[in-house]
Amino acid sequence: MSTDVTGQGGTAAPEDAGHPQEQGRELVQLVTPAGERVSHPEFDYWVRDITDEQLCSLYEDMAVIRRIDVEATALQRQGELALWPPLLGQEAAQIGSARALRPDDFVFSSYRENGVAYCRGVNLTDIVRVWRGNASSGWDPYTINMATPQIIIGAQTLHATGYAMGIQNDGADSVAVTYFGDGATSEGDVNEAMVFAASFQVPVVFFCTNNHWAISEPVWLQSHIHLADRAAGFGIPSLRVDGNDVLAVMAATRVALDRARRGGGPTFIEAVSYRMGPHTTADDPTRYRDANELEDWAAKDPIARVAALLERRGLLSEGLQQQVKEKGDDVAREMRTGCTTMPDPEPLDVFRHVYSTPNSWLDRQQDHYARYLDSFGDPAGAVSEEGAR
Amino acid sequence: MSQMTFARAINAGLRKSLENDPKVVLLGEDIGTLGGVFRVTDGLQKDFGKHRVVDTPLAESAIVGTAVGLAYRGYRPVVEIQFDGFVYPAFDQIVSQVAKLHYRTRGAVKMPITIRVPFGGGIGSPEHHSESPEAYFTHTAGLRVVTVANPQDAHTVIQQAISCDDPVIYFEPKRRYHDKGEVDEALDPGSALPMDRARLLMQGSDVTLVAYGPLVKTALDAASAASDEGVSIEVIDLRSLAPVDYGTIVASVRKTGRLVITHEAGQSGGLGAEVAASITERCFYYLEAAPVRVTGFDIPYPYSKLEMHHLPGLDRILDGVDRALGRPNSLSGLEG
Repeated sequence: MSTDVTGQGGTAAPEDAGHPQEQGRELVQLVTPAGERVSHPEFDYWVRDITDEQLCSLYEDMAVIRRIDVEATALQRQGELALWPPLLGQEAAQIGSARALRPDDFVFSSYRENGVAYCRGVNLTDIVRVWRGNASSGWDPYTINMATPQIIIGAQTLHATGYAMGIQNDGADSVAVTYFGDGATSEGDVNEAMVFAASFQVPVVFFCTNNHWAISEPVWLQSHIHLADRAAGFGIPSLRVDGNDVLAVMAATRVALDRARRGGGPTFIEAVSYRMGPHTTADDPTRYRDANELEDWAAKDPIARVAALLERRGLLSEGLQQQVKEKGDDVAREMRTGCTTMPDPEPLDVFRHVYSTPNSWLDRQQDHYARYLDSFGDPAGAVSEEGAR
Repeated sequence: MSQMTFARAINAGLRKSLENDPKVVLLGEDIGTLGGVFRVTDGLQKDFGKHRVVDTPLAESAIVGTAVGLAYRGYRPVVEIQFDGFVYPAFDQIVSQVAKLHYRTRGAVKMPITIRVPFGGGIGSPEHHSESPEAYFTHTAGLRVVTVANPQDAHTVIQQAISCDDPVIYFEPKRRYHDKGEVDEALDPGSALPMDRARLLMQGSDVTLVAYGPLVKTALDAASAASDEGVSIEVIDLRSLAPVDYGTIVASVRKTGRLVITHEAGQSGGLGAEVAASITERCFYYLEAAPVRVTGFDIPYPYSKLEMHHLPGLDRILDGVDRALGRPNSLSGLEG
């Protein structure tokens, strides 16, 4: 078996072999960049039920979240959002994994998994709420069983592990899934999470999207071996998959979920992908990376790949393309409308939900601030930079 | 009523919480088989099982971070940080996650986590075992910070903290763990004095002396000594450090006109500064003298042969009382 499901394999490349990230361990792939379905002795089983119709649906989801991403980036450029973290290029990693989940699984993600949130059924307006500055989070986590995006790098991996401890205590067969990036693997929290997950053998999936860049820092600065190979040191089985191959990602995620549901404990998945855009709309990647690299990865585009596969199978009809485009436009329109018509929060909302029970310090501050605001005819004037006096 | 040590009183409170709510789980280093380095969790794993009293790997950030995940899942985790100086690796999870998740999720996710931290000095330990880090946490919105000074409060407040839907940092004065006191285990935490209220411990008319945690006993001893000298000290046990129950202090200072605050933690930016400022704002025209702080120094916690110079003791507190009263004291003649 060439795939290291047990996590025992994997060796560092020799130092003169270039960046070790490019060497060594097999990358599980079921669809080539040219759209050719290649068989795999082990992973085919895990996507055996994917019909043509489902393949079209995966294609649609990937195209739609790219459309969402484009629209959100436009909203930022137009001043409607303060910031946006694009997911361009990571559609297969997000859709392939999220579509493998059950509704009762629980996701703890970073800020870039808006495609995962889409699959979980998030209200589109809620995706942009944070980035418009209208709230610190977009949605009620319990409505879609997905925690709101975590900004502290890697912190959510511990929350997923703790949640999985709860699942284990409850005797349930759901799974906690945590998404994080290559940069996060250097954080103490991620390593501690793997220690706890391994020690307690809890049902958690560590889904690491290796998009090669942590803002300006390349992945080889984070790790001298494949990220997936780190898991073996924790006693956690790992998989290294082509993150731009939606079927390979889905297969790997299903392997990990199945293990977790059966009481087999955690799995680490490294989905090798590429951040085609900037870290956020405030970033300028031309300052730190080579245009050729971008070109190389553009040739491995996850959506073009599925489109090529569909075409080979005669499924990429004009009707399908039209349908996908319309869905994308509808979704984008809904998000834009939700964004631009979102009511601003009320001034005293600044105090809300700090505590769930009355707090004498804060209640007094709120009372005094309310009086201050009342002393102005127009509360907005009270906080303008020029002042109202 | 029964006599029990401070540590045993907390243990009994934890036991009640475990019995009353199946969602209560304990996490920490050495808390299971060993029963904790101070034996505060003695016997609990044996009676409630390894899934409710969990010996964790040695990673404080993970202890708190997994408690966050458990809280997401509907649990009510009680975390033990083994020593005050070991809480810093968990600081990010406490400040960025535990404290903020309720706010971040606009009230959707509650964080009913209790973080127990043995704190303070006076036990002759090496570095990192005697710190008073409370001001880091009182300055963090979203947290409640409490401490207790006698076995009865220890027993009651730990239960109140666990049943509180907000996160609570529960500081345990470790040099008082072996002190004994009467504990009424039948006292209903729901009808006892709420944990965010201060407790007036001794009535007096000349000076209000505010203390908390390990120094409450010292403050009471100082008040007894002062009464022998004809000085009447009103002693308040602060208990809640965030929020501070100013109503109780204000009522006292309006009566005495003088305020002394004491704590082991360093002076600058500490609780004493907060109390002095707030009481000055609220009681300026009642004050006969500037509030006085009797505190530890702004130093790393010193090695044990010097710790009694750092820790405010009975005489240093009385010296502060003399300053508040304008009586001859160690700083007589100094300006400012």
